[in-house]
Amino acid sequence: MKKSVFLGALTIAGLAATASVASTLDDVKARGKLNCGVSTGLVGFAAPDANGRWNGFDVAVCRAVAAAVLGDSDAVNFVPTTGKTRFTALASGEVDMLARNTTWTFTRDVDLKFEFVGVNYYDGQGFMVPKSLGVSSAKELDGATVCIQTGTTTELNLADYFRSNNMSYEPVPIETNAEAQQQFLAGACDTLTTDASGLAATRAAFENPDDFVVLPEIISKEPLGPLVRHGDNQWGDIVRWVLNGLISAEELGITSANVDELAKGTNNPEINRMLGTEGNLGEMLGLDKEWLIRAIKVSGNYGEIFEANIGEKTPLGLSRGLNAQWTEGGLIYSPPFR
Amino acid sequence: MSDKVTAYVRTEMLEEKAPPSLNTGPLGWIKENLFPNWFSSILTLVSLWIIYKMLAAFIPWAFGGVWNASSLNECREILQGVDAACWAVIHERFWQLMYGFYPDHLYWRPNLALILLIVALIPVLFDGAPRKLLWISVATPFVGPWLLWGGTIWTPVAAALGFVVGIAVYRLVASALSNLAGLVLGPLAAVIWWILLAGRFSDLVSSILPLGIEPVESRKFGGFMLAITLGITGIAASFPLGIILALGRQSNLIIVKTLSVGFIEFIRGVPLITLLFVAQVMLAYFLPKGTDFDIILRVMIMITLFAAAYMAEVIRGGLAALPKGQYEAADALGLNYWQAQRLIIMPQALKIAIPGIVSTFIGLFKDTTLVSIIGLADPIGWVKYIQADAAWNGIVWELYGFVALVFFIICFSMSRYSMYLERKLETGHK
Repeated sequence: MKKSVFLGALTIAGLAATASVASTLDDVKARGKLNCGVSTGLVGFAAPDANGRWNGFDVAVCRAVAAAVLGDSDAVNFVPTTGKTRFTALASGEVDMLARNTTWTFTRDVDLKFEFVGVNYYDGQGFMVPKSLGVSSAKELDGATVCIQTGTTTELNLADYFRSNNMSYEPVPIETNAEAQQQFLAGACDTLTTDASGLAATRAAFENPDDFVVLPEIISKEPLGPLVRHGDNQWGDIVRWVLNGLISAEELGITSANVDELAKGTNNPEINRMLGTEGNLGEMLGLDKEWLIRAIKVSGNYGEIFEANIGEKTPLGLSRGLNAQWTEGGLIYSPPFR
Repeated sequence: MSDKVTAYVRTEMLEEKAPPSLNTGPLGWIKENLFPNWFSSILTLVSLWIIYKMLAAFIPWAFGGVWNASSLNECREILQGVDAACWAVIHERFWQLMYGFYPDHLYWRPNLALILLIVALIPVLFDGAPRKLLWISVATPFVGPWLLWGGTIWTPVAAALGFVVGIAVYRLVASALSNLAGLVLGPLAAVIWWILLAGRFSDLVSSILPLGIEPVESRKFGGFMLAITLGITGIAASFPLGIILALGRQSNLIIVKTLSVGFIEFIRGVPLITLLFVAQVMLAYFLPKGTDFDIILRVMIMITLFAAAYMAEVIRGGLAALPKGQYEAADALGLNYWQAQRLIIMPQALKIAIPGIVSTFIGLFKDTTLVSIIGLADPIGWVKYIQADAAWNGIVWELYGFVALVFFIICFSMSRYSMYLERKLETGHK
């Protein structure tokens, strides 16, 4: 009796707390820190450096949001999440946003009740094989053993691809990318499949990268982007427009170096609106006028972030490809700031 | 006839001669143990060849390694194709593997907590230590966490006061009503104090007299510091809990017995990783949003409960091994239940159970690495982080080897200590 009363009270308290929960923006401001879910280590996208500071392509999005909302790019609690814990961490409110190269899919968006605010990297699943295997196309992989990360969309894509091509394969399930490298090098599988960016990172780490080739077929669409919970559109808008701001900044030539100069006013009304010298876009979001200036100052615009973390000068050496601005033949495109 | 009689019976003994050199000393040992017959000789040669092969590969790899480099590629350039270790990664990331994100100017705090713990353990583990050290043993459970997490000093004081409240209530009620009522109401009062009043007390006093050290958030804990913190808390808390559960399981009180059996069997029927997922994921759904129930505390509770169930069964094994006569002798002496347990049953049962208890401890300590699966930054988690750094991407053996070595040192020490303890407590029943 006593116990059931206690449990009942707990449930009611829980419901009441859920119902009266403040907006995420207010929570973040009250806390003074942004809780940002990142990966438990992914080359180029998220990893702590020798000083314990998180760096990477996904991490830069967290820092930009923190700078826009809180004015401090270091006011972030980076919460490492695995492929299995990431969605519950977001759904339960443990993190305010997830920037953890997560593929935007229908079920995640609709059924799991998340809101993908955009795409910061267009990826696609590819295959890597040792040159000695003598394979030049994924179509020749019938009967191959495939190293594959479990619990990801890559697993499902692989099944779809082999089934639609009437081929068979034998999966070798693995948990992390590092394990995948080791298994693949040890010859546990004929081919390694994951996102093309991951393959590039893996290949770059090999002692003899030239002994391996990435096959030309890209078998899936993997639009990776930050996401937030359903139901708090104001917060979703903030994250979305910080990301769009970084993308537009590249398109309009706003960099971390010249943002202060441009913030004094320019002839381009869109730049003026973005940087707060015209209009009141920041206030509409519930932020101040300089929100985007701060976000851009952290690590620059989209292009600068790309080059610094995963671009051609980094060990990953990814080319812009699909991730070039739409003006240069890519898919990176931000709606106008108006 | 003064001719010499040639004695043919020896009157004095010849001096003893050393046995043939092939039968004594190192050579003799080798002959007896390694080459007694042709079959063993072949086995010996094969084993030697395998050992040689392994060492010939391992020693140049391990000792020819590079200690100073800033990335894996730099290591490879220095080595020029020689197959050797790149220990530079350990050199560069050593403190992170040890302390995780813990602020480096505060490393002294976990160190001090560990030293305090060792000092606190001395009177418990070794007799002959000054009894005054026991005061440190009593204070450590409160001071240790305070050193690790920091914050106001009044939090550990408030936690300690809970025990004072509990004991005071027990004494009062036991003398006024009955012992049983005291046993129920005492702990109840302590729990009420901890849940409802302790927080307010520490807030109130710290607003009057703010004394404290820099707080450190749980998520900054990492590396071996996290593994050791989880391990020691689990060990320290699961041992008494395990004793209580083992006694509960043997109790004649039906409710106590049912609860104990249910708890033990439930926990033992579930893998630890499931409990950790419950702690990490499910609790977040059940608790109201925004409840800041520390993740490390949640994990500690789960690990403790898990270890306690196993501990209970190990101790029950010790209890079962005691001859029934011991129980009857205790009854015959007129001892009550608790006296009998304390003076007769437990000392013997625990002594029998030492090997099992210590291997449960060792298992528990190694199980702490499972927390990397729920995203905590224990040594294995840090290995993943370091591998994700573009500079060290692709490094494997050095990192896992180092983690394995440290785990081995800690676990081997525990096992050696348990053997020492067994010898010390050996009273010649065998």
